[in-house]
Amino acid sequence: MPQSQMIRFILNDEPVALSDISPTMTLLDWLREKKRLTGSKEGCGEGDCGACTVLVGRLLNGELVYETVNACIRFVASLSATHVVTIEHLAGKDGELHPVQQAMVDCHGSQCGFCTPGFVMSLYSLWMSNPAPSANDVEVALQGNLCRCTGYETILKAALKVAAERPDALVDPVMRNRAEISAKLEELKPKKTIRQFAGTERFIVPANLSEFAQVLATEPNATIVAGSTDTGLWVTKQMRDISPVVFIGHLDELQTIQQTSEGITFGAGVTYSQALPVFKQHFPKIAKLFYRIGGQQVRNMGTIGGNIANGSPIGDTPPPLIALGATLRLHSMAGPREIALEDFFIAYGKQDRLPGEFVESLTIPFLPRNDHFAVYKISKRRDEDISALCGAFRIALDDENSVTEARIAFGGMAATPKRATEVENFLKGKPWSAETANAARDLLSSAYSPLSDWRATAEYRALTAGNLMLRFFAETTGEAIELQRYAMQEAGE
Amino acid sequence: MSSMNAKSITGPIHATLKHDSAHKHVTGAADYIDDMPEPAGLLHAALGMTQRAHARILSMDLSDVEAYPGVVTVLTAKDMPGTNDISSAHLHDEPVLAEDIVEFYGQAAFTVIAETRLAARRAARLARITYEDLPFAVDVENAKKAETGYVTKPLRLARGDVGSAMAKAPNRLRGQMKIGGQEHFYLEGHISLAIPGEDDEMTVWASTQHPSEIQDMVSHVLGVPANAVTVHVRRMGGGFGGKETQGNQFACLAAVAARKTGRAVKFRLDRDEDMTVTGKRHDFVVDYEIGYDDEGRIEAVKANFAARCGYSSDLSGPVTDRALFHADNAYFYPHVELLSEPVKTNTVSNTAFRGFGGPQGLVGAERFIEEVAYAVGKDPLEIRKLNFYGEAGSGRDLTPYHQTVEDNIMPRVVAELEESTDYQARRNAIVEFNKTSKYIKKGIALTPVKFGISFTMTAYNQAGALVHVYKDGSIHLNHGGTEMGQGLYTKVAQVIADCFQVDIERVKITATTTGKVPNTSATAASSGSDLNGMAAFDAARQIKERLIAFAVESRKVPEDQVTFLPNRVRIGNEEIAFDDFIKQAYFARIQLSAAGFYKTPKIHWDRDSGRGRPFYYYAYGASVSEVSIDTLTGEYIVHRSDVLHDVGRSLNPAIDIGQIEGGFIQGMGWLTTEELWWDDKGMLRTHAPSTYKIPLASDKPEVFNVRLAEWSVNAEPTIGRSKAVGEPPLMLPVSVLEALSMAVASVSGYKVCPRLDTPATPERILMAVEQMKGL
Repeated sequence: MPQSQMIRFILNDEPVALSDISPTMTLLDWLREKKRLTGSKEGCGEGDCGACTVLVGRLLNGELVYETVNACIRFVASLSATHVVTIEHLAGKDGELHPVQQAMVDCHGSQCGFCTPGFVMSLYSLWMSNPAPSANDVEVALQGNLCRCTGYETILKAALKVAAERPDALVDPVMRNRAEISAKLEELKPKKTIRQFAGTERFIVPANLSEFAQVLATEPNATIVAGSTDTGLWVTKQMRDISPVVFIGHLDELQTIQQTSEGITFGAGVTYSQALPVFKQHFPKIAKLFYRIGGQQVRNMGTIGGNIANGSPIGDTPPPLIALGATLRLHSMAGPREIALEDFFIAYGKQDRLPGEFVESLTIPFLPRNDHFAVYKISKRRDEDISALCGAFRIALDDENSVTEARIAFGGMAATPKRATEVENFLKGKPWSAETANAARDLLSSAYSPLSDWRATAEYRALTAGNLMLRFFAETTGEAIELQRYAMQEAGE
Repeated sequence: MSSMNAKSITGPIHATLKHDSAHKHVTGAADYIDDMPEPAGLLHAALGMTQRAHARILSMDLSDVEAYPGVVTVLTAKDMPGTNDISSAHLHDEPVLAEDIVEFYGQAAFTVIAETRLAARRAARLARITYEDLPFAVDVENAKKAETGYVTKPLRLARGDVGSAMAKAPNRLRGQMKIGGQEHFYLEGHISLAIPGEDDEMTVWASTQHPSEIQDMVSHVLGVPANAVTVHVRRMGGGFGGKETQGNQFACLAAVAARKTGRAVKFRLDRDEDMTVTGKRHDFVVDYEIGYDDEGRIEAVKANFAARCGYSSDLSGPVTDRALFHADNAYFYPHVELLSEPVKTNTVSNTAFRGFGGPQGLVGAERFIEEVAYAVGKDPLEIRKLNFYGEAGSGRDLTPYHQTVEDNIMPRVVAELEESTDYQARRNAIVEFNKTSKYIKKGIALTPVKFGISFTMTAYNQAGALVHVYKDGSIHLNHGGTEMGQGLYTKVAQVIADCFQVDIERVKITATTTGKVPNTSATAASSGSDLNGMAAFDAARQIKERLIAFAVESRKVPEDQVTFLPNRVRIGNEEIAFDDFIKQAYFARIQLSAAGFYKTPKIHWDRDSGRGRPFYYYAYGASVSEVSIDTLTGEYIVHRSDVLHDVGRSLNPAIDIGQIEGGFIQGMGWLTTEELWWDDKGMLRTHAPSTYKIPLASDKPEVFNVRLAEWSVNAEPTIGRSKAVGEPPLMLPVSVLEALSMAVASVSGYKVCPRLDTPATPERILMAVEQMKGL
């Protein structure tokens, strides 16, 4: 096989070039079974426990960034032009522990040790990117790592200790060799579309967006894989045959973030982590929600486009995006097409995506200055959980404090992310008062016919959806009532 | 390596020492079974699971499974060379593979053996099974209605005359509490590797807390004597009770496949399968009646503890027994009658889980207290103090199982914690806060833990160890306990280092194996270091006695002039390095190896009469937690938890604090976010971390202070006067549950006990708030 058709990347300090690789070979299985690098563990095989955490370095707009990923749901074939760093790479050749590792030992941060390599990798990533993390920062960095032994306190102490005792010199091989690795990754970027076969399975890594469109035109049934935070589970849990697979996570054209006077357009391949700073600046309420989507690894992998394109009724981003009036740009050989995001979701498992079409970008209009907007996610566990329900509220008020426009959208309440039009109509023209909010609450509680499942009963969903109207009202009148971790400490109480 | 004038050794008992594998944990170099080099020709196994909660298997067509590329063989119930049973209770109610009847959704009926794990997993989905559906019941209420019966014999504990005491009590109340189960969620799932040997020999590596039982089960299923089977385990990636009996099935299947194919077979479960086919903590329904006086002093307790046991007995007998043993927690009940009901259900057979039924009994006891407190309108802490066991001989010192509480330090622990955490002032401030806060309500609670230490099956309270001192002065340590992260290996190595007065680096900790120490008990019931520490101490003592005798004889000095100093021995006026002394002993033909043994003294238990001393001693602790709830959504945050816990004289404070912190968070998960949910077909739908939510770092209390009761010394002569630490801390976070309950109760002015069931998910909190609003 010519080199141009191989999947080429760097593993720790070793160049790798793979041919005949199965599109469903996960990075974790490949590390453990083919490379006998057994430090990364399988705890769940679905990206929820973080025992398999490794770093993947990639060039993003010319800059080398390292991010934690779940190796158990990352496919090897998606690793072109990356630098994979595993736990085995951290300690010095002489066995000297990395400061992060040493802190974990000193603080008694391991008990059974099975989750520990994953924790070390997440802490290592934090250590690289944040020299002075707060307790909250550490917890965010560890949202994708489960430990069943320690109760986390010792791990938290280790993270804070290693930050406090940070050496001046760049002690580890990853930070030391950035320039060299950047150059290598640039060189490894595929110049041509890659097509590989393994037995009856095959995959395509298109060289650019137009080749992607061409591939989809000839292979309308191909499985499109970007971050693989969902498709990974189709393979590891459902044992589904997803061939042929088109990998698109590397496409530069899908990684753009463009601002206009009206709003911001995100390429479908932009990950949550990439988008976060932009959301923080322009849509801070959604940024807050982002911290409750998956763990850090999933946010580093999962894409804005993927959360929409997979059409889940419990995806977290559609409700607030619908409330903000976001639009979607779809792309095929026939040309682009723009639709309102809410129209994309037709029914459970059915979206308005034609054969050969893919989601290219998402445009979110800016929130008018005087509009009120909020999004609330309710889940059994606060972080790294799937919504029982997720509600987004937006209202515009006139000078008389009357509601001129209302958009309310919920996930988890119906077969698709759905607006509560009845409640919206009720609110229009009403004074924005406690009385109105109370009446809207009752309407909202009966606006949907939710299901009962393991996340919540229908009764809870309905009751809470309504109550969120009261929370929204309280918030618009200056009373922030949502429970915030460490809020008391920050307020100096 | 060792200095001739060192003042102390590294790693004596009572020292803070890192876990022996810490360095390997953080580098990924610690090998779990799936990390070991694989034998040539290794085959892989996958379970063939059924899809009915209760049914008769009419036919099973495995032709597509067998034809799948890479499949080598498929095992069914008929392939067991010995017996198709792995009932740890020896009640013959637990088949390795279901034959005619399926008793829970997911129960294995066949096992695929293939060249790769992927091929085995894919092929396992291709079976065509037809069923005749039978009626099923997945929960206690429905099972009792359907009269499914008990999986094992119920227990009754009684003292005094509960009937007339209840009738005469100034006040009575009745209630019910539902206590949820819990998935262990050890990070390393079940795994076994079986390697066939010559003749009838079988070597098994298993992630197990109980190698001797794996050995027994494999020998029964293979139909060979126990001496043909050797079981090894170096470490587990967590156990928590979930690897006490639950690994038997996979070890047996791997061994049968290895025997059948003549090749090594590895059986590593997928997480979803592991959660579907292995048992969990028992859920309980507790019905209670309490008689009490106007002050809140309890006069009589009558309670029934019905448990969801699943389809077979497994450990449900001792688990439900232990629930009753802890239904008093730290409180004296003048008249009491406690009943257990080990109810059969069409669910996976529930099993051991840290606390072993004790936590459910204790949560019940704390509910009794809470009920009385709300009924008399007092802070539950006042009611707790009023009802604590008294001093030995006070007339308030006898448990419902007729053991005298001789070592009661509960009042002191609680008083110190109450004082050091400023409990009263904080509670007053919270009551004030709740008066004006519209949606957010706060709560605080201080709850105690008293936990009985020993296996209630007296025979299990024995242990063995094997210690070799080699000619070069290095020491090989082996014992029957297993390492699952709790630091047992480290603690026992400290015992040996301390005993010989050598640096701990000189002590090689070796994998637990049935070939070195036989007939071991499960590493369970918090007993690991109590039992194995003493057994190792006994082995070291024997070798030391021989060394002392050698010194006395060779130097002609009296025995009291032989002293083991750090890394050296003083004999009369001579000091000699430990290594050199050992070398001399070897040449003098001194036996430098010994098998140690220990059995816990004083304990006895007569289950039929419900009387005895099942526990050698008690461990105590208490915690205070403060929370906020959002009464619009039921969401909550744990702001602060403070723990004061008794481990006697700690063998290793860092490891003990780690156990306490970890136990606390695990118990908090059990009581808050961890919910098991079955659908209407009887299928468990919370079988992965995406649906089953154990605590994250961001769930721990924002402020989390854990202290040891440093003044505590075990009244009994345990190893170093320490106390067991594994299970008791799991129950400390009952304070979180009760703080949540207080916040809920504030909605109706604390007039009514909210009767919050567990797990107290946001949904349960909100629904309880709604009930309070309706009052």
